[in-house]
Amino acid sequence: MSKSGLFKSSIGRKLAMALSALFLMIFLLQHLVINITAIISPDTFNELSHFMGTNPLVQFVAQPILIFAVVFHFIMGFVLEIKNRAARPISYNKFNGAANSTWMSRNMIISGLVILAFLALHFVDFWFPEINTKYIVGDMSGMHDGGFRYYEELLHKFANPVRVGVYVLAFILLALHLMHGFGSAFQSMGQNNKYIDGLKKFGVIYSVAVPLGFILIAISLYVTTLN
Amino acid sequence: MNLTLKIWRQQNSNDKGKMVDYQISDVSGDMSFLEMLDVLNEDLITKDDTPVSFDHDCREGICGMCSLQINGEPHGPDKGVTTCQLHMRSFKDGDTIYIEPFRAKAFPIIKDLVVDRSAFDRIQQSGAYVSVNTSGNTQDANNIPVPKEDADMAFDAATCIGCGACVAACKNSSAMLFVSAKVSQFALLPQGKVEGKKRVQDMVAQMDAEGFGNCSNTGACEAECPKGISLENIARMNRELISAKLAVKH
Ligand code: HEM
Ligand code: SF4
Ligand code: FES
Repeated sequence: MSKSGLFKSSIGRKLAMALSALFLMIFLLQHLVINITAIISPDTFNELSHFMGTNPLVQFVAQPILIFAVVFHFIMGFVLEIKNRAARPISYNKFNGAANSTWMSRNMIISGLVILAFLALHFVDFWFPEINTKYIVGDMSGMHDGGFRYYEELLHKFANPVRVGVYVLAFILLALHLMHGFGSAFQSMGQNNKYIDGLKKFGVIYSVAVPLGFILIAISLYVTTLN
Repeated sequence: MNLTLKIWRQQNSNDKGKMVDYQISDVSGDMSFLEMLDVLNEDLITKDDTPVSFDHDCREGICGMCSLQINGEPHGPDKGVTTCQLHMRSFKDGDTIYIEPFRAKAFPIIKDLVVDRSAFDRIQQSGAYVSVNTSGNTQDANNIPVPKEDADMAFDAATCIGCGACVAACKNSSAMLFVSAKVSQFALLPQGKVEGKKRVQDMVAQMDAEGFGNCSNTGACEAECPKGISLENIARMNRELISAKLAVKH
């Protein structure tokens, strides 16, 4: 029974979860950096968006990997959740989880589900129209009315305060997901050593700063549309 | 003090079971939690009622037999103690106390508050040993140098009493803290390293087969463990398992 596959064991599944999450956290940082340019230099944002949207390596190598990582991560999240629930078929009448663990750590599935709902909205907002324009209509120019279309489209979306509100809420849940997830991923990979305290501190900074960055950008874009 | 106890009563493994309310009066703060239950049981016996079954043995925090989920926490609200070491002074007059069995699919209920923790024994039997020839030529253990730090960590891991509080505290009923303590106490020492790769794989496979949940790294186990077993052991077991699985097979 012993020498069976790594990913069939409970620990292997958590390793896979951590690796997919690590990839997503690196992607998130990259996404944030590009978004920041939308605030400081719309031209740079347009250039970068066009590059990311048309470069074959990004489109046909990085993008499929990203989609695989996201889908893998949330499906594995569901699988773990189902298995974990099955491990306690009769629950306690009184369970004081707050006495020994954080809310974030006990509710990764809730923060995860909110992120998933956000991703659906985000795809409808940006990804589907983009795929439609480029690969179905076949317009790879990235132009509209004599200029790059990306920044204009972005502003158009963030003119809606309801959308901005939904994005802000989702990012708060993302922050909560990462506040536990960042350190947890290293523990899952077996990295609890002399660096772990520093890593966890960095994790908290990352988990607050990155979502906050996205929130500030969303609000700032909305404010721009008011003028 | 006077207390209201809400206790899980279940005749046997087939019974559905339910919470039953009991009133108990004149409880002294110097009593241990188990002594308080003894008083309740004496009272029940004099009334021709069936006493509440609960596990216990040493009553001094070393055997790991006493269990109980008390007000939603294994071994009650105090940290670093077993239920036999929990004093009634941790509660106050008029309190309502929920007393439930440790709950996990892998810990089936035998009666009332008594659960079957033999899943832990089977995990132990699957690998928590060092094979030694009893030829009479066995080397003196002290001939093998062990760094003090490793010896200390191995000793800390070995203080696990197999009580199951980690499983009871975990929202996933995961046994990772227990198994990792047992894996670590061997993995850290030269004698244990020889069979290390096989041990960790066998023990984790048995843990999974018993139906314990996965680890979400919530840390509830470490916070509730009466012996302060550290999460570092779980990371070590993760490392050990990952490298054993990735190692080239001979
Ligand atoms: C798409 C929706 C998502 C769902 C449904 C989801 C769900 C989950 C769940 C249930 C866990 C806990 C697994 C466990 O208890 O062991 C988890 C862990 C984690 N998630 Fe997500 N998640 C999602 C998106 C994300 C995103 C976008 C990121 C990062 C950018 C992320 C980062 C993490 C990290 C770092 C962990 C910790 C991994 C570990 O414990 O080893 N998640 N996720
Ligand atoms: S790790 Fe701690 S809580 Fe778990 S069985 Fe060992 S002593 Fe009990
Ligand atoms: S009865 Fe032995 S540890 Fe409590």
